[in-house]
Amino acid sequence: MSHEIEPISDPGLPDHVHRATDTNPVAEKKAERQVAILFLLSAVGTILFIASYIFIPTTEFIFLPVMGTTNAHELFLGLGLALALLFMGLGAVHWAKTLMPDEEVIAERHEFRSEESDREDFVATVKERAAAAGLGRRSLIKRTLGLSGGLLAASPLLLLRDLGPLPKNQLQTTSWKTGTRLVTDPGNRAIKPSDLEVGAVAQVLPQLLPGEERTLNNIGKDAVLLIRLRPEEFELSPERLSWTYEGIIAFSKICSHMGCAVALYEQQTKHLLCPCHQSTFDVPRAAKVIFGPAARPLPQLAITIDSEGYLVAQKPFTEPVGPSFWERSS
Amino acid sequence: MVFALFMIGTTFSVANATTRQSATTLARSAAVDEGRQIFLKGCSSCHGLNAEGGAIAPSLIGVGAADVDFQVGTGRMPMADMTVQAMRKKPAYTPDQVAALAAYVASLSPGPAIPSADVINYERDGNTAQGGELFRTNCAMCHNFAGQGGALSQGKFAPSLMQATPTQIYEALVLGPQSMPVFSDKILTPTEKLSIIKWIKAAQAEPAHGGASLGRVGPVTEGLLIWTLGLGLLIGIAVWLATKAR
Repeated sequence: MSHEIEPISDPGLPDHVHRATDTNPVAEKKAERQVAILFLLSAVGTILFIASYIFIPTTEFIFLPVMGTTNAHELFLGLGLALALLFMGLGAVHWAKTLMPDEEVIAERHEFRSEESDREDFVATVKERAAAAGLGRRSLIKRTLGLSGGLLAASPLLLLRDLGPLPKNQLQTTSWKTGTRLVTDPGNRAIKPSDLEVGAVAQVLPQLLPGEERTLNNIGKDAVLLIRLRPEEFELSPERLSWTYEGIIAFSKICSHMGCAVALYEQQTKHLLCPCHQSTFDVPRAAKVIFGPAARPLPQLAITIDSEGYLVAQKPFTEPVGPSFWERSS
Repeated sequence: MVFALFMIGTTFSVANATTRQSATTLARSAAVDEGRQIFLKGCSSCHGLNAEGGAIAPSLIGVGAADVDFQVGTGRMPMADMTVQAMRKKPAYTPDQVAALAAYVASLSPGPAIPSADVINYERDGNTAQGGELFRTNCAMCHNFAGQGGALSQGKFAPSLMQATPTQIYEALVLGPQSMPVFSDKILTPTEKLSIIKWIKAAQAEPAHGGASLGRVGPVTEGLLIWTLGLGLLIGIAVWLATKAR
């Protein structure tokens, strides 16, 4: 008994086991029939596709359990095409696995490096052609080519300009000015305090001056939610209390987290929820954040009434509405 | 009797023809008496013997007939259990009994009346396109863009609108039941309310054009299906592809 460790010999490749279809003609016939059936099913699918395109009107609806009332035209078009492609694929794979040649072939890898003579040939050719083209001699061509190529390569830098222009003060300002009336969205009707009952909400926008147009950019900044509480429910600083009017309080609808429209108002808890990331704002405490990722309360719009008794903004928003941005001061 | 009960809900705020006055008054008091009996048996244990409210339930004085019609008519009241939210379920009372209860509660102190069939004529007065616009601004954030309902905080939720009747939708807008805020008539005019109802009725009748709608709640169920069923199928096919034939 020697204690030397003997190297494990290379076991080689396992024996090639032939498939039933290679040795048994009955199995071969059976597999052939299976492939044929799969292809026939594919043909049935295509016929269903064609037939539903021609014969099922687009207005035909049928009721299916689980799915509900469904457009039959679309359903059978899709089903037909799905069956056609699926069974075509299944048939092809089954054919390849059971009937196509099953021989194992060993193909050795060859070296990636080219033959030494080929490499020398290549270098010689490049040198010879470069000399013939006169790249070393004709400096005018060389320089102009360099110029044109360099310009072309640098030109995409110009497109970076499309990253601008800078927004200037657009992120800091909204359309709300001192005395801007609050109007319903949609409808553009001015609102009186008596229009809102306790517990009522209103989606509002600033009233347009003649000649002004409402753009999506503006709606994205200007949207405001009006909520009426009982005045005694407020827990506000004297300044913020002076921004409300008889229990009516107004907040920017644009979430201070990511800018979604915050308008899920729970009347019983007096919480405002943002549907995107579940930030929760407590309305009686000036929209203080009580849950979720928002870092700041919603900006409050100071409101009062004008001489005709309609609700107006006392002054513009005192802070930028919406999410944080680099130049934001607070 | 049905006619009389129907009138009960509508007569409080509407000036009635004087000729019918005495008949309706009689019918009303009969219904109020019946409603009071139902109230004492079914509601007073929480809401108090005189509907004055208690530790666990609000006062019903002044909530009006519409509130009773909504809460009892949708089966939300009586509540099955004191959880975060009253659920829609099979109503515990017949429509006649609900009307009697409504008459009783309305007799305590005036409140919003049940809107009459003429007020709720959304087919005539509503506009589906306008309703869609109003729905997306005022309702979709809670009730989902297709009216399927959605989550609120602490287990509360905005219910699906797929079973809601036009009267119930109108009542909910006027009353602001549970978590829902009130939508006053000057903010959403009665015509605008009818437009919203018409849009919701259209959404209820909307068939699935592209196959299974998966609850119409957007990418959540769609993603779930494709990540489980879709990927599962692909994995199965990949395994079959790589298996050697015997």
